[in-house]
Amino acid sequence: MKEPVRSDPAIETHGLVKRFGHRSAVDGIDLAVPRGTVFGFLGPNGSGKTTTIRVLLGLASANSGDISVLGKAMPQALASVLPDVGALVEGPGFYPFLSGTGNLMRLDAADRHAPSSTRRHRVDDALERVGLSHAAGKKVRAYSLGMKQRLGLANALLRPRELLVLDEPTNGLDPQGTREVRSLVRSLAAGGTTVFVSSHLLAEVEQMCTHVGVMSAGRLVAQGPLDELRAAGQAHVLVHTPDVERAAHVLSRLGLVPGDAPGTGSPWGTTAVLGTGLDGLEPEAIVAALVADGVRVRGFTVENASLEERFVSLTGEGFDVVG
Amino acid sequence: MSAETAASRNAGAPRQGKGWALLGSELSVLFRRLRTWAMLTALAAVPILIAVAVKLSSRPTTPGRGPLFLDRITQNGLFVAVTALVVCVPLFLPLTVGVVAGDTIAGEANLGTLRYLLLAPAGRIRLLLVKYAGAVAFCCAATATVTASGALAGVVLFPVGPVTLLSGDTISVGESAWRSLLIAAYITVSLLGLSAIGLLISTFTDVPVGAMAATIVFSVVSQVLDNLPQLEWLHPWLFSHHWLGFADLLRQPVSWTSFGDNAILQAGYIAVCGALAYAKFSNKDVLS
Ligand SMILES: Nc1ncnc2c1ncn2[C@@H]1O[C@H](COP(=O)(O)OP(=O)(O)OP(=O)(O)O)[C@@H](O)[C@H]1O
Ligand SMILES: [Mg+2]
Repeated sequence: MKEPVRSDPAIETHGLVKRFGHRSAVDGIDLAVPRGTVFGFLGPNGSGKTTTIRVLLGLASANSGDISVLGKAMPQALASVLPDVGALVEGPGFYPFLSGTGNLMRLDAADRHAPSSTRRHRVDDALERVGLSHAAGKKVRAYSLGMKQRLGLANALLRPRELLVLDEPTNGLDPQGTREVRSLVRSLAAGGTTVFVSSHLLAEVEQMCTHVGVMSAGRLVAQGPLDELRAAGQAHVLVHTPDVERAAHVLSRLGLVPGDAPGTGSPWGTTAVLGTGLDGLEPEAIVAALVADGVRVRGFTVENASLEERFVSLTGEGFDVVG
Repeated sequence: MSAETAASRNAGAPRQGKGWALLGSELSVLFRRLRTWAMLTALAAVPILIAVAVKLSSRPTTPGRGPLFLDRITQNGLFVAVTALVVCVPLFLPLTVGVVAGDTIAGEANLGTLRYLLLAPAGRIRLLLVKYAGAVAFCCAATATVTASGALAGVVLFPVGPVTLLSGDTISVGESAWRSLLIAAYITVSLLGLSAIGLLISTFTDVPVGAMAATIVFSVVSQVLDNLPQLEWLHPWLFSHHWLGFADLLRQPVSWTSFGDNAILQAGYIAVCGALAYAKFSNKDVLS
């Protein structure tokens, strides 16, 4: 039984601004998260991801702008929207003196719409789904970072949700946990749940998400389907050869920009040459030109721009947090 | 995979629920905390210490010295509870109530659970009401603990019999138990204004210890001001003004004037602090 696809976005904002004092942490963003997508919300530290999420969910109030979540205006419709939204915001928060089960029972009791008759069952179910069944009776004080993170995810899954908002869900998780989260997100999305997930782990976003939005210093610098975003970046060729200089010469003659390949772990003692900017050039024509000039080509690859390159080009190389 | 029916199931589910579950959960969390039990145990120890000290000391207590009613304990064990309450009112009770009331919102913010309660969604007003109800429940538990422990210590260590009241009348043991409960109720009501102040302070900070300390400081300052004759005009407005005014309940017949005055004063504090707490909390950015 599949939800009929609704055309209105799961999350939509217009000119959303949130200021802390004089500084804008979120500076007029127009976010559109289509229903049924897995939307990766990317951005460097301090770019305003968590702040955006807080404002979307009514924890903080916006200075200006319109927000709608699941088709309803926020924060006016908070009480009717939030029961359909599962959220993990800036890490988990739990009572250390209660057990995992006790914590979830309490948070579920806080929701007036959650039926108490199925509470225990739903809590056990959610714990099971994040692999915490065996630690359910343990006090959260004795949980590890990753266990707390899993408990936070379980809290988001306490009831069937239309929208999941996960702020760095894999923070502190072991590789198994990370994989579990990935497959959990995929299966939830397959069932029609919209997932809005913030992260800086680009590899993870590439594997998990269908759409991405990129934040930089409070602004949304790009958003759209993942493939479109990647296609906007430049493809490049990678040539493995012992004749580095000659290859670079040929590439630049063809109009490509030669450069050092990152991580030159090439086989057969060769060096790799990177050529970017192959607009309309057929790869086989490049190989033919290289060979014709006597370059010993031992490996040749055409690579699409990675999300990482695109991310860096959008948000800048600088390592320092914009403060 | 159960998520596929997410939306449909939610839409089909009746949107009812009385919302009492949160209050139940609040009380169970409050009374399952070690801290709560430590404070109640300390309060229970006060009457026992008083009773044992009076029992062991050979000198008869001079009437008029020491806390109210101390001199009567040796003649009648029923006075232990009342004496203990008198001893606890200025400091011990405000201290424990300050800890619980100051912790209400700030404690949740500090643990990070405030945002998840609000996302559940608990509703800001509802959460504030439930938190205050929890503090009130603690006030009841605190005075009940002192009264019960005092009654027990009195019955075990001293003779028990009809009690002579301040008005000179004598009442039965059963009647005097009833009067002890009245006094406990009076003191519980006395603490409600302080609880509301604690709740208000708690909405302003994410640091529970700060809110607790500020609440306790308020109770001390109020009592100090109440003792300065120069500030006579201010006295009726201080929330601690009627704290020790329960002597009326030990007359025959019971005079309810001070009980009523106290209740009105505390209700005023609840209304003002409650409104301010609501104004603050309903607009607060939860960034913890
Ligand atoms: N409580 C606060 N008071 C003042 N400024 C804040 C507060 N919280 C966040 N900020 C500022 O808002 C900006 C955005 O912070 P935010 O937490 O949204 O970043 P983020 O994208 O989630 O970063 P990270 O990847 O590190 O989680 C930062 O510049 C930060 O300094
Ligand atoms: Mg963040």
